[in-house]
Amino acid sequence: MNLNISALDYIQEVKTGNISAEDFIAKTIERIQSVDDKLHAFLSVNDDAINQARVIDKKIKSGEKVGDCFGMPISVKDNMCIKDSKTTCASKMLENFIAPYDATVISKLKQQDAIFVGKVNMDEFAMGLTTEFSAYGPSKNPWNMECVPGGSSGGSAVSVSALECVASLGSDTGGSVRNPASFCSTVGYKPTYGLISRYGLISYANSIEQIGPLTRTVKDTAFMLNLISGIDPNDNTTMDNKNEDYLSGIESGIEGKKIGIVKEMMGEGIDPAVLTATKDAIAKLEGLGAVCEEISFDMVKYSVAAYYTITATEAGSNLARYDNIRYGYDFPLEGYEFNSYISKARRNFGPEVTRRMIIGGFVPSAGHAGKYFLKALKVKSKLTKEVNDAFKKFDFLISPTVPILPFKLGEKIDDPVSLFLVDINTVTANLTGKPAISIPFANSNGLPIGIQLMADSMNDKSLLQAAYALEQTVSLPEVPI
Amino acid sequence: MTMIGLEIHCQLTNLNSKLFCSCKANYREFEINENICPVCMGLPGSLPKLNQEAVKKATIIAMALNCTTPEKIAFFRKNYFYPDSPKNFQITQLNIYGDTSVGGTGSVMVGDKKIRITRIQLEEDPGRLIYEGSSSKNQITLVDYNRAGTPLVEIVTEPDFETPKEVRDFLNILSDILANLGVADPSLEGAMRADANVSIEGGKKVEIKNIGSFHDLEKAAHFEITRQKSHHSRDIEIIQETRHWDDKRKITISSRSKEEELDYRYFLEGDIPWVKIDPEIQKKLQTEMPESISSKKQRYVSKYNIPAQVSDVLSSDKYYSDLFEEAHTESNAKEVANIITTELMGLVDTREKRKASKFTSTHLRDLADAIQSGKVSRNSSKNALHEILKSGKDLSTVISELDLGNVSDESELSGFITQVISEEPQAVEQAKSNPQTINYLVGKVMQKTKGKADPVMTRDMLKKQIGV
Repeated sequence: MNLNISALDYIQEVKTGNISAEDFIAKTIERIQSVDDKLHAFLSVNDDAINQARVIDKKIKSGEKVGDCFGMPISVKDNMCIKDSKTTCASKMLENFIAPYDATVISKLKQQDAIFVGKVNMDEFAMGLTTEFSAYGPSKNPWNMECVPGGSSGGSAVSVSALECVASLGSDTGGSVRNPASFCSTVGYKPTYGLISRYGLISYANSIEQIGPLTRTVKDTAFMLNLISGIDPNDNTTMDNKNEDYLSGIESGIEGKKIGIVKEMMGEGIDPAVLTATKDAIAKLEGLGAVCEEISFDMVKYSVAAYYTITATEAGSNLARYDNIRYGYDFPLEGYEFNSYISKARRNFGPEVTRRMIIGGFVPSAGHAGKYFLKALKVKSKLTKEVNDAFKKFDFLISPTVPILPFKLGEKIDDPVSLFLVDINTVTANLTGKPAISIPFANSNGLPIGIQLMADSMNDKSLLQAAYALEQTVSLPEVPI
Repeated sequence: MTMIGLEIHCQLTNLNSKLFCSCKANYREFEINENICPVCMGLPGSLPKLNQEAVKKATIIAMALNCTTPEKIAFFRKNYFYPDSPKNFQITQLNIYGDTSVGGTGSVMVGDKKIRITRIQLEEDPGRLIYEGSSSKNQITLVDYNRAGTPLVEIVTEPDFETPKEVRDFLNILSDILANLGVADPSLEGAMRADANVSIEGGKKVEIKNIGSFHDLEKAAHFEITRQKSHHSRDIEIIQETRHWDDKRKITISSRSKEEELDYRYFLEGDIPWVKIDPEIQKKLQTEMPESISSKKQRYVSKYNIPAQVSDVLSSDKYYSDLFEEAHTESNAKEVANIITTELMGLVDTREKRKASKFTSTHLRDLADAIQSGKVSRNSSKNALHEILKSGKDLSTVISELDLGNVSDESELSGFITQVISEEPQAVEQAKSNPQTINYLVGKVMQKTKGKADPVMTRDMLKKQIGV
């Protein structure tokens, strides 16, 4: 059985009776067992998956109504709550946290008969872009196991790329879906802020992050969006997308569309292979009838600094609840006074989370807020204005997803500042709330390169059309593992 | 000069649910940690879901206290670690980046004095700490989260009070206003709490916290003024600090925690979008607002000719004014007011008594009508009232069961009158020359009938028999 099929193909195969959900899930679990020792995409595997598949097969056979996923195996980043499952955020702080409720995206997919094959690895609390900051060890890039898979949704990208599932849910705070998607050659989507409910997604920087799918094809992403997007009474920041069908008209093409080439995202430090690939992508889009033109944003050079200031501030507050009193890990309370207990208990955070929380305690503090946090908010609003103005002229913006190629594990872990610069092309979409997608586009000596397209808020549908058009120009090798 | 300012917290007890989830706002009827959910427990991944009704109620309060009301409100996070706070931050409001709390500056009249309101904000109540264990060594702290997330308005005043008495009067008025608006029941335990800040002679401001009741607040303010005056007279510096009210010793104690140095790192709560309360919505809320206490009072005086003092008492207590509104008719209004203020008030003066009583506005209307038509005497009506409060039976049943009806049967009455005339020959003689004495004889008849004789009839029949 071929595990390397798209979500839409899987559904077709099961619908027509060519394969059963049980067989596919069983094969998927086998695949996980055979490759995940090396890749470490999974933090936990659902041992009830095969039973769930059987139930779905029975429904299909008896002619009962079956959900749109037909038992499709999906992996879920370990910062989303699945009822009665461990949800650790790849942190020792939540080692024993078993979620008592389903995230909205999870309950929506359950209704559609998706099967969650397991929870996947990430940087602790989604802070990082290599998955090396997982408290349970790093994931490896299936294209080159010496390299990082990107992050923070590294486990998601690895599991899709290495055929350990058909699709995955990640979360994107500053590029955390798109970055690993680019490094592992999958599609990665960050929707318009508010398109997908965050209820049940463990917050890192709640004002800018979104859940996003990682899939093999652009159509699969559109399919996933159809299932998980829309207004949610449990998340006041969600928007009504009027049950938009993102699949319909996805092949509309991009003739006559205007695309801005972001100068600051192709500048200093860019890998020559990435530059070549980006130029190639631009040429191909022009070949399809798009009009491409360079555009410059003054604020992009401050965007990463603003991003880290804002995310650290929000993280400092969002992660304050982890005092280990109501849930967490095994560390008895007796004999401690509150403050001494929490300062001891909170030592279980890893180094990157600790670093960001220390920054998060400082930058918004009285006496420093004006110099850091409030200034960062100013950058955010100026950047948003610049980008909004650009979208008056352009339909899309293009850039490489990441200016460099996947790098070796350990190579940048001790150099947080240079690591931060890897985010330069992705944070803009988060700071401005715009939708953005990473499309697998090229391969340089076995290392994947992704191209990023960005659109204006709530233009997710046309963005997927453009991404689909670009995807059709690409032919990529199969994953070597 | 003494300056006292207040920070009052009032729970919106009349709401169905908490501020950010569907758990009950009325947490008092639950077993410990039974009124909780992922949101109010601050579980990982949960998000606040704003109770729009709470925003409306808080805005109504702001309007009633003559506060400015912004067209858009926002919520902020106040970050601090405390065991009663499940998220270790509180979602509240803030006006330092522009007026974005439900209410801006306003005022309340206390007698002739205007007390200025600084702002009103909507926020969540934390959980409740329960201390167990006798000594500090084996003391453990338990947390009950049932209260966590209860909608709370914080009302902050300018330091406009000069005496503890003014503070007390203000709190009584405020509490009546909040009850009258139907947003809260301030008589519920812990529903309304206040902190005070006190300074004298333009000196440093001292905050007093942990005050259990309004009565204690008055005492705490007294103590603090005395303490500061004594320091001042001995040239001891008064330091800016937070002091806690020690309920047992009735003194304020410096709280050694460096609370005033806390940096709350306020920033916008991104999980709750700004809420629009445009002029149209505000207008609609205005029309939904119940009649104010002062307007009720005026109406009682002008429409029903009820004395100002009685109207004042009647209008300021929602329980009584609701009873009045439901029971009165054009003709019996004065009598209804009279029964409430002279009889009922002494009987149902606490929340518990009100809850236990089976008295309804129908009882009240029947009673007033019966008195006016002479069916029962005012005297007997008291007995009837007691019985109704206890049993809830309707008035006619009570009258017949307790035999409270007036003796207005001529033959029955004449028997008593004949008896009195024969027993009181002297008084009868006097009555012939001094009509005042008739009253004495009427009283005697009343005694014999246990107050049930129809007084008008008795007088008339006595006069006729004596021949005056």
